[in-house]
Amino acid sequence: MGFLEELKALLPGRVLTGEAELAPYESDALTAYRKRPLAVVLPETKEEVVGVVRLCHRYGVPFVARGSGTSLSGGSLPVEDGIVIALNRLNRILRLDPRARIAVVEPGVVNLEVSRQAAPHGLYYAPDPSSQPVSTIGGNVAFNSGGAHCLKYGMTANHVLGLEVVTPAGEVVRLGGESLEGVGPDLFGFFVGTEGLLGIALEITLRLLPRPEAYHTVLAAYESLEKAGEAVSRVIRTGLLPGAMEIMDRLAIEAAEAAVKAGYPKAEGLLIVELEGEREEVEEEAHHLHRVIRESGALEVRVAASEAERQAIWKGRKAAFSAVGRLSPDYIVQDGVVPRSRLGEALKEIQRLSQAYGLRVANVFHAGDGNLHPLVLYDGKKPGELSRAEALAGEILRLCIRLGGSITGEHGVGVEKKAYLREMFSEADVEAMERVKASLDPKGLANRGKVFDPQMEAAP
Amino acid sequence: MTLRPENLEEVREAVLTHPYLRVRGGGTKPALSAPREGEVLLDLSGLKGLLAYEPEEFVFTALAGTPVSEIEETLRAHGQYLPFDPPLAKAGATLGGTVAAGLSGPMRWRYGGLRDFLLGVRFVDGEGNLLRGGGKVVKNAAGFPFHRLMVGALGAFGVMVEVSFKVFPLPPATRTLRVGFSRLEEALSALERLRLLPLDLLALDLIPPNTLELRLGGFPESLRRRTEKLARLLEGSETVLEEDEAHWEGVGELAFLGESPIWVKIPSQPGLIPRLEGLPLGPRRYMAGGELLYAGLEEGGLKALRELGLPHLVLKGAGTPLYPEPPAAFYGPLKKALDPRGRFPGRPSPA
Ligand SMILES: Cc1cc2nc3c(=O)[nH]c(=O)nc-3n(C[C@H](O)[C@H](O)[C@H](O)COP(=O)(O)OP(=O)(O)OC[C@H]3O[C@@H](n4cnc5c(N)ncnc54)[C@H](O)[C@@H]3O)c2cc1C
Ligand SMILES: Cc1cc2nc3c(=O)[nH]c(=O)nc-3n(C[C@H](O)[C@H](O)[C@H](O)COP(=O)(O)OP(=O)(O)OC[C@H]3O[C@@H](n4cnc5c(N)ncnc54)[C@H](O)[C@@H]3O)c2cc1C
Repeated sequence: MGFLEELKALLPGRVLTGEAELAPYESDALTAYRKRPLAVVLPETKEEVVGVVRLCHRYGVPFVARGSGTSLSGGSLPVEDGIVIALNRLNRILRLDPRARIAVVEPGVVNLEVSRQAAPHGLYYAPDPSSQPVSTIGGNVAFNSGGAHCLKYGMTANHVLGLEVVTPAGEVVRLGGESLEGVGPDLFGFFVGTEGLLGIALEITLRLLPRPEAYHTVLAAYESLEKAGEAVSRVIRTGLLPGAMEIMDRLAIEAAEAAVKAGYPKAEGLLIVELEGEREEVEEEAHHLHRVIRESGALEVRVAASEAERQAIWKGRKAAFSAVGRLSPDYIVQDGVVPRSRLGEALKEIQRLSQAYGLRVANVFHAGDGNLHPLVLYDGKKPGELSRAEALAGEILRLCIRLGGSITGEHGVGVEKKAYLREMFSEADVEAMERVKASLDPKGLANRGKVFDPQMEAAP
Repeated sequence: MTLRPENLEEVREAVLTHPYLRVRGGGTKPALSAPREGEVLLDLSGLKGLLAYEPEEFVFTALAGTPVSEIEETLRAHGQYLPFDPPLAKAGATLGGTVAAGLSGPMRWRYGGLRDFLLGVRFVDGEGNLLRGGGKVVKNAAGFPFHRLMVGALGAFGVMVEVSFKVFPLPPATRTLRVGFSRLEEALSALERLRLLPLDLLALDLIPPNTLELRLGGFPESLRRRTEKLARLLEGSETVLEEDEAHWEGVGELAFLGESPIWVKIPSQPGLIPRLEGLPLGPRRYMAGGELLYAGLEEGGLKALRELGLPHLVLKGAGTPLYPEPPAAFYGPLKKALDPRGRFPGRPSPA
């Protein structure tokens, strides 16, 4: 028997090889890249995943784990002649223990589902990428996904307590446990964010938090982006620690308005600040926040008086990415990070680059963490526009490195930012990462060609 | 033999010259940093100083041998702090030693532990390469996160020379409530109830057999109301501690472990506490909502922990500090990639 025959024997009826069956798996949310895999497999248990990985290891066939395929950096792009292991059917919450404040989940569980199941206990799962209604916990773990609340609550890595992983060599290991504290090297923390290069997460233990008792959400409109950015600095200087601080520029506001009619004021910059926590504390903090916002020269200030009004404020922000799709046939989402105090400088430079390249750039970003999301608008049907858009996006990444930041805050390196990894890190740094990869995956099978340059198949 | 490098180059040189090394930071966790036979001691206390700190960024970078207490002083002057509450600061713990040991204190309850606040490191691997993991901004997802690998690794993968941390604004005021119950079961059930409420406590500790200590932080105007609310919620015999600051400093120094010959850290969970309470553990305190136990032991206590297979880390006292060993199938290849000659502690035992 050959590889495909053995695969089919392992997962009867759940190995896709037909043209039409493979098409939906050819790319992820970075649609500019496309590759046809050899096959797509649909395991239903972790034992089946382990079986598939061992088979791949034996035959030297590369594999890509896939959650919902919402990666924006080409993380789940298939490898030619490799297989896609689609994990959506591993979507059970195995245990939700409110007393221990943990949930043990399969990798294909959708992010929002965890909070939904935890809600009756007054608990929730904090990391909230905008893709949370569709993206999976496995994908979140691989990419160390973030969201609007990272400054205060951290990214996915901060909410994972333990992992069961199958290594590329087919060995199953348990890393971490169920307590907030552990002993020994933080191996599960290390696995988070390695983009599926070191194995597949089979089971994930998440920590849950009590839902905040009260929120105080403020929307402030400014005559310039700089003023909105300055307001963020003022808030920080007051000693407040908001749960979220988000900024949108005029283009992003217009897009969001056109798409979901959030009722945002017309302005050059919108700032959303949300306080959250114990009721008495939030009330007190709100006084301080209002003083700061008053002094920041806002044109208009709205305060959510009810949960419905709060949701209305967030609606436009959460829809911003997809809304920009209405302004332009195609766009690239960038994800660089700069020190917060250099946001103004970065935005000005992005503006200049946008003019120089003749492409519109919309900005929506996590201002509290200095995490920019410039959306570079282009039309893929016009010759040369894609490569111009990519060049502009690359300039933005270089800018972030120059200002002391990072090439990615949450979307990962994938295939998209491979070239820039070597600009952010030294040759020795990248070599050490590659050594780690080669040591855990001597045949270079797990998500080959992502993050680093494709690894040659090592001699058996 | 002891080496005391003063700069990164000297650290690299030491690593390249000596076959076996063990790092010492401040001298607060002797079980981890006392050199074993054949090892050269690399004393990092000369590698200290703050390299970058802009309060508005919520980030600082410092050399790994910098005493935690010096950092805390600087942060405090700008109304900021390290929310994971590094223990043994007064005793001389260094930033590098705190990361390598993976230690957090009682206030880790509110915002998370050491692992949640470490943003980046520079370290020298077993081949003398100076490497970087993570970054110096509060959010970053680029490259393999070597910084998180350093947490709790006891120096197994390299010598940290530089560390970057996220910090937070220091609560303008704090208050502490101590509540006595008649039995452990009652204290434990109150603890479990509090864990599920949106109370934003800075610290939530159980002092067996029957006492809870709760620390709140925030604006002074709201603190009084919050403390009263808590007291109503608890209906025990409660006292508000006036000497709040000094009290928690003592807890952070693990003063309650006293003269115990062996000091251990044990990952815990409320559901595990009745079982732990059945062991001969000596002076102890469950921190962070019952998730973190520091205990002072005699040999018998240590033996009991091992017999029951309960993971723990020995900070002081003889013997193998870490139990159990990390899983070989994942740890082994990492160790091989970063320290192929096994210069640093933590050589995997042959399978
Ligand atoms: C509209 C939109 C908004 C977004 N907003 C955000 C945001 O706010 N914050 C953010 O961080 N990201 C955001 N993203 C990006 C994306 O949603 C995240 O990266 C998400 O974590 C991907 O999850 P997924 O299930 O779709 O994974 P996939 O795209 O299927 O896979 C992503 C990567 O994870 C690997 N992988 C998947 N499962 C496993 C597993 N079990 N074990 C090991 N590796 C695995 C894959 O091989 C791949 O490398 C957004 C994307 C879209 C389209
Ligand atoms: C033979 C001998 C016996 C001793 N016995 C005792 C005793 O019984 N009681 C006593 O109080 N003192 C004793 N001492 C002194 C004591 O060992 C040292 O003061 C202490 O070991 C230093 O520990 P530390 O707290 O600085 O460790 P930390 O700095 O807290 O280090 C803890 C851990 O981190 C590692 N580490 C530290 N910094 C780094 C870094 N930058 N990069 C990577 N890893 C790092 C260490 O190797 C160790 O694993 C003894 C010393 C010797 C030489």
